[in-house]
Amino acid sequence: MKIDSIVDGIVLDHIKAGNSMRIYKYLNLEELKCSVAVIRNCRSRKYGIKDVIKIDSIIDMNLDVLGYIDPNITVNIIREGKISEKKHLELPKRLVNVIKCNNPRCITSTEQEIDQIFNLTDSENRIYRCAYCETKSDKEEL
Amino acid sequence: MKHLMDITDLTTSQIDELINTANKIISDPEKYQDTCKRKKLATLFFEPSTRTRLSFEAAMLELGGSVLGFSTSDGSSSVKGESVTDTVQTVGYYADIIAMRHPKEGAPLAASKRTTVPIINAGDGGHSHPTQTLADLLTIQREKGRLANLTVGFCGDLKFGRTVHSLINALSRYEGIEYVFISPKELVIPDYVKAGMLDNNKIKYVETTNIDEFLPKLDILYMTRVQRERFFNEADYIRLKDSYILTPDKLKSAREDLSIMHPLPRVNEISVKVDDDLRACYFKQVKNGKYIRMALILMLLDIKV
Repeated sequence: MKIDSIVDGIVLDHIKAGNSMRIYKYLNLEELKCSVAVIRNCRSRKYGIKDVIKIDSIIDMNLDVLGYIDPNITVNIIREGKISEKKHLELPKRLVNVIKCNNPRCITSTEQEIDQIFNLTDSENRIYRCAYCETKSDKEEL
Repeated sequence: MKHLMDITDLTTSQIDELINTANKIISDPEKYQDTCKRKKLATLFFEPSTRTRLSFEAAMLELGGSVLGFSTSDGSSSVKGESVTDTVQTVGYYADIIAMRHPKEGAPLAASKRTTVPIINAGDGGHSHPTQTLADLLTIQREKGRLANLTVGFCGDLKFGRTVHSLINALSRYEGIEYVFISPKELVIPDYVKAGMLDNNKIKYVETTNIDEFLPKLDILYMTRVQRERFFNEADYIRLKDSYILTPDKLKSAREDLSIMHPLPRVNEISVKVDDDLRACYFKQVKNGKYIRMALILMLLDIKV
């Protein structure tokens, strides 16, 4: 399969196989007017198989969302056909308005326009807890 | 420290300082009687409470300050649909310090982001109630003369009991603490409490369903109420509410220097006949709660005596 290389844009590389559509959704890539290629199950020396997303434009991107879904993703910024910047992600210490608290007893369930804030409380097990009620986030709900 | 949301907001030296101040107030209350003159405490209680609200109000009055506020959400603009944060921001223009109780978890934290005056979490649903923990710590310190080297039994609802989790967190900072967790299987202490506070700090504990087995070993027995409001299912509540009831007969095997504690209100988990036992400390907790709140108000208002 051949996909044109990018002149100015972003390549999200080393996405864990199967995660690309979640990322597509949570970065709202469907709203972009430029070309976006979602490539699933590519061969990877590092991981066996991986997903890749190519975006044919340099856009502002919420790296916290990416880091939360998969901190192993590499973000390559392409300018004039070359990689001008390579960003390695890490688990964000704090997530603001990325995920929602599912606890019906939490103030975020009723208070209008309140920021949904989660803090990383256990980086080894990737556990985030709501800043208000300390309920553990449900990653599948993202 | 600007606000108090949770016991974890306090360092161990701040806890020790509060206990020290409370003990000084107890021994010389007159010295403190005008320390908060012309200061106002607002008690914003969006759900009913007898002890905590009156304790805060008594504390401020004894410091020479005055109080304003409401005791149910019916008495506030929340019935008109006003947000909690708007209500608290408004009150922040009238009062110097706010004690707030709300049924939603995290409501005081949300409110604290919108006001410049100190906010004390006086209970946010099943989440946190730090001044109860401070009252418990003061009581333990006064009864035992120390906060270290104690075997502490917790009995009843250890799953939903916020006072239990909070006291475990605070006591686990001190050396030589061991725990005995006594509860029905449905209400055992959550894994995250065990992993985060006990296993990580290598603190010894046992879990049991049998209160009689470990009672003779305890320095402190902390009883809790099985709370109706923490259950979604009424049938589960009815089935579990009478799991452990403390009676004079049960206490025969306990040590002479045991301290029996309870955050109150009780339903029937401690027989009224136990009240006259010298080991009963639960009404001392109530009294100590006022003094530790006085110490806290002084700390948050940065008033040195």
